[in-house]
Amino acid sequence: MNMMSESAVEKALDQKMSDASHKMIGKDVSVYYGEKRALFDVNLNVRENTVTALIGPSGCGKSTFLRCLNRMNDTIENCRVTGKITLDADDIYDQAIDVVELRARVGMVFQKPNPFPKTIYENISYGPRIHGLSKNKADMDQIVEASLQRAGLWGEVKDRLHESGTGLSGGQQQRLCIARAIAVSPEVILMDEPCSALDPIATAKVEELIHELRANYTIVIVTHSMQQAARVSQRTAMFHLGQLVEENDTDKMFTNPDDQRTQDYIMGRFG
Amino acid sequence: MASTHILSAYDDELKYLSRRISEMGGLAEQMCSDAVRALVNSDAALAQKVISDDVILDHAEREIGDKAIVTIARRQPVAADLREIVGSLRIASDLERVGDLGKNTAKRVIAVQGTGVPRKLARGLEHLSDLALVQLKDVLDVYATRSAEKAEAIRSRDEEIDAMYTSLFRELLTYMMEDPRNITTCTHLLFCAKNIERIGDHATNIAETIYYMTTGAQPEGDRPKDDSSNTLGAITE
Repeated sequence: MNMMSESAVEKALDQKMSDASHKMIGKDVSVYYGEKRALFDVNLNVRENTVTALIGPSGCGKSTFLRCLNRMNDTIENCRVTGKITLDADDIYDQAIDVVELRARVGMVFQKPNPFPKTIYENISYGPRIHGLSKNKADMDQIVEASLQRAGLWGEVKDRLHESGTGLSGGQQQRLCIARAIAVSPEVILMDEPCSALDPIATAKVEELIHELRANYTIVIVTHSMQQAARVSQRTAMFHLGQLVEENDTDKMFTNPDDQRTQDYIMGRFG
Repeated sequence: MASTHILSAYDDELKYLSRRISEMGGLAEQMCSDAVRALVNSDAALAQKVISDDVILDHAEREIGDKAIVTIARRQPVAADLREIVGSLRIASDLERVGDLGKNTAKRVIAVQGTGVPRKLARGLEHLSDLALVQLKDVLDVYATRSAEKAEAIRSRDEEIDAMYTSLFRELLTYMMEDPRNITTCTHLLFCAKNIERIGDHATNIAETIYYMTTGAQPEGDRPKDDSSNTLGAITE
């Protein structure tokens, strides 16, 4: 283990963030659901080892943009995406891209905890198994333990790994889903309102987890809670009516935003 | 504030803070002007009133502080709202200090009552206090309109008060050197002059706070300083 103090780690991360390469680049991204246009030429870059929060009123396109990042919109009929999104240098909408592999690199956690109706162990081992990430049982045990450790759930479930994942509390289920996402060693984790079904204590645990995961992953989170965006993110992007209104450092966004619409939204005022 | 909050109770809380600050400002202004008037007219009754008024100001500052804390806890304000509330706290504490300075001046009325204040010095003090009170009054008007430009303009005016204070300081020293029997009175007057000069500084602080509340940035450049009394040691000819 290295002996860096907590603040030194934070500092190193912030340093890493400030000269951060862009992990994902969205250029002129537009999305149509049939005739209806949901996103208008969004240019938004996701920085590496950074938590980026997407905020905005319902229907503003933030979840739509999030789902573009691992092609979840492909599953929606009539949905068409234009523009270009790259992960590192790869164009993720390229014909040659294997979508299953893409979703292993860009994992996702949903609003409602959705563990498989299987054991806790199997919930975690499923991904690594289908992706062929482990050679033998011992290897898999190791992946399951490490994933649960990282998700801060190991201590709570280590004696009941073979009980059903759906028997856990809501907050534990959500951390199980995060552990499941981590198990396939993604580079980016997308979270769509991961705490909206959780109580404040479970929310705090998930937020603490997001904070820790930042060291190893790039995280994009959609949230309706302005306070949550302020608490967990380093960058915040504000969407309104399908457009990206403003993207800024979170500190700046919540003390002195540049755009009047951002100001009105975060302060809870009529525009 | 162009638009209103979706939650009207939130607006009411912010308006309450703003109204109480204006009230505090009005009272602080009155106290300081009364204190100087009591001083030049040797009016002990008026001085006593200033001293007792200070309690109201202290009380108001505590109330604003309590209300601001509750609003922060309940509303989790951000951006302009947060700056507004933090600004209210700062301004309330500046105004409370202004009240203390007025009170301190009033307390000295009794000490100089015996000898009275020499006419020439009285005029100097009145002039200094006029400048400081105009500064205070203007800054309170700017608070009502939240104009960043006007706040910046007021900030640059503090220079005049500092220059006037330095000249009064020089004059008081001369009096003391002329006749050692003047020393007691002049020392009290020196403190009074300093009190008044400090009122100008608080008005400048308030101007800077208003600028910050409105723009989210600190005003640029150092605040102008022309108080050279601290280096004015040896003017013995």
